[in-house]
Parts: sequence; structure tokens; C-alpha cells
Amino acid sequence: MASETRPLSPHLQVYRWQLTSVLSILHRAAGLALAAGTILLIWWLVAAAIGPGAYAGIRDFLGSWIGLLLLFGWSLTLYYHLCNGIRHLFWDTAHGLELPQVYAGGWTVLAATAALTAMSWIIGLIHWSA
Amino acid sequence: MAEFTLPANSKIGTGKTWPAPPAAQRPRRFRVYRWNPEDGKNPVMDTYTVDLADCAPMVLDALLKIKNEIDTTLTFRRSCREGVCGSCAMNIDGVNTLACITAIGDIKGDVRIYPLPHMPVVKDLVPDLTHIYAQYQSIQPWLQSDSPPPPDRERPQSIDERAKLDGLWECILCFCCTGACPSWWWSGERYLGPAVLLQAYRWLADSRDEKTGERLDLLEDPFRLYRCHTIMNCTRTCPKGLNPGKAIAEIKKLIVLRR
Repeated sequence: MASETRPLSPHLQVYRWQLTSVLSILHRAAGLALAAGTILLIWWLVAAAIGPGAYAGIRDFLGSWIGLLLLFGWSLTLYYHLCNGIRHLFWDTAHGLELPQVYAGGWTVLAATAALTAMSWIIGLIHWSA
Repeated sequence: MAEFTLPANSKIGTGKTWPAPPAAQRPRRFRVYRWNPEDGKNPVMDTYTVDLADCAPMVLDALLKIKNEIDTTLTFRRSCREGVCGSCAMNIDGVNTLACITAIGDIKGDVRIYPLPHMPVVKDLVPDLTHIYAQYQSIQPWLQSDSPPPPDRERPQSIDERAKLDGLWECILCFCCTGACPSWWWSGERYLGPAVLLQAYRWLADSRDEKTGERLDLLEDPFRLYRCHTIMNCTRTCPKGLNPGKAIAEIKKLIVLRR
């Protein structure tokens, strides 16, 4: 609703961030990050198909601190997108949309994301070091 | 395409700081968005100081006091001063609400007041609602029925059927929710927004209305309805405690179930 003569009232600049909008934009951002992460997955599969030399390259990269950081970011993102996606599916039945439920669900998604990520990394690191 | 920044003519400058009343017991600063269509300049934030010891409790009371005693040019809409007319909808302390039912005491620090977000400004805190009213008109918000009513009485409705309209009819069309919706900010030319969709559902849910199919046909559109991504800022901000987000989910469900 831009207008030639009238100014547009401020929006993002002044609207207070709250759990509702923050989780929504994080869901969008997580989707984008996961799409980018797919490139890494393809690289890993291609390297495995080429042979031991190529596979050693990506294994070393993923074992480096930057590789681990990326993997950690993507696992966090995956679990967030998964948990919040389930929340969205539930919402599509038109349930859980009262405000207290929206907030309880939002905090639950964040807690589940943290728990699942931590659990995966604990299990993963135990196997890796074994 | 979403534009996250404000156009050049909409960037907000620093305005005038009006002198505080002498010997104020409980001074409180109000930072208010100002734009004058006649001076050709960009919007600014003016700062007023109000003595809360000499002011009634609501934000609207402070705005009226500023207009009466400090700066008569300050422009805003108001009417009922008790939360039933929806005129004084504005962005106060970062969220959209009605100035008349927002207590100054509930806000920490300076009270920042802007017009409803992402709308053309007529003057100061008055947004141009022409487009939203046109969107409201597009859903044909009136009872439509081919069957004639009983000759000697109104159209009957059971208690249960009537109860389905609770939480819908109370909407006062203040458009706090629509102005809080990021999806409407980015796609508002075509996305109807939460207030209008809540009203659309009000007629879908009415047992007396016989145009459910036509109404759903109009709404089954990538933009009009489905730009809702369940952000829920609408329900979070509704000053009447209604739930536009849920009403929209009910419409989406009706469309799935009729297939």
C-alpha cells in the first residue's frame, strides 16, 4: 500500500519482537539453511561414490572445527524445523491456536530442539571417539 | 516483493522536544510520530512531557491532554474512550492496541506511539484505511440467503448455532491485528489480512448464511487466504482478546473438508 504522496508508517522498525513472530521467521530461516545444507549432503554422497581418496577429503573437512560447527548448526536447524513443522501440522487441524497454547507450544519446540540436538551430539561424539 | 526498509519519504527524523510542565510531580515522556501533509517534510518523533499526577490513567488520556494543553495540532482518531469503537488503534510501546484501554502505568520508560504499521499516513497517528475497507467490502460482509425469511419473524437460529458466532461478532474492526501481521505488510495488496478473514469466517460460521460455497471459492486463492503463515501476531495483539489466527485456520480447514 505504498503511496506516492503519503509516508508509509514504520513496521519492522518499531514492532516489538515476540515469540510468535520470532519463531515464525526462524522457521523460514531454518528452511533456507537446510536447503543450503543439502549441498553438503550431496557433496558427502558424491565423495563416497567417487572413492576413498575423495571421501577422506570430506571426512577431514567435517572433522575440522569449522565442519563440526556447520554440522552442529545444521542439526540444530533440522530439529527446529522438524519440531516447529509438527507444530504447524497440528495447527492445520485448527487446534492449539489459543494464545496460551501458542506460547506453550513455542517454548516446547525450543526445548525439544535443544534436547534432540544435545542428545544427537552426545550419542554421535561417544561413537566417534570410540 | 517485501521491502523491509522504509521508503525515502517515510524515514523518521528527530522532531521537537516540547517543554515539560513546570513543577511536574510525575513527569513522563511521550515520543509521538508526527507527519504533516502540508509542510512537505519527512515524519518526525516529537517528545512531550506529561505530568501523570495531573492526568487520567490511559494513553488516550495523555494524548488528549497533550492536544488540549501542549500542542493542538497533534492529530489522532478517537471516539468512545472505552474500547468499543476501535478508532484509537495505534502502535504503543511496540504493539498495536487501543490507546483508550492501554494504561500508561503498564509501560516502562518513554511511551513511544506510532500509527498502525505499514499503512499510508494521512496525518500524525491517522492511517489511511481505504485499502483495508475495500478488502473488507470484497468479502461481502452481510447475510446472504436465497431462502426467504419466515413472514412474521426473524430467521431462527438455535442456541448452539448462535454460540458459533461468539468470538467473531465482537470484532470492532480496529485493524490492530492486520497492522501487526508481517504477511500483510509484505503482501497486503492481495492478502486480505487477519481482521478481514476473521469477518469472512464470521459469515461462514453463520447458520443463516447460504453462500458458504461462494464465499470459500473467493477465499481459495494463494494470496487472499493462504498468505497466512500462522505467525499469530494477530491473536497476540487483539485488544478485544479475539483469535483471528484460529478463525483463519478454520477457513483453511473448511476448504480442505469440502473436497
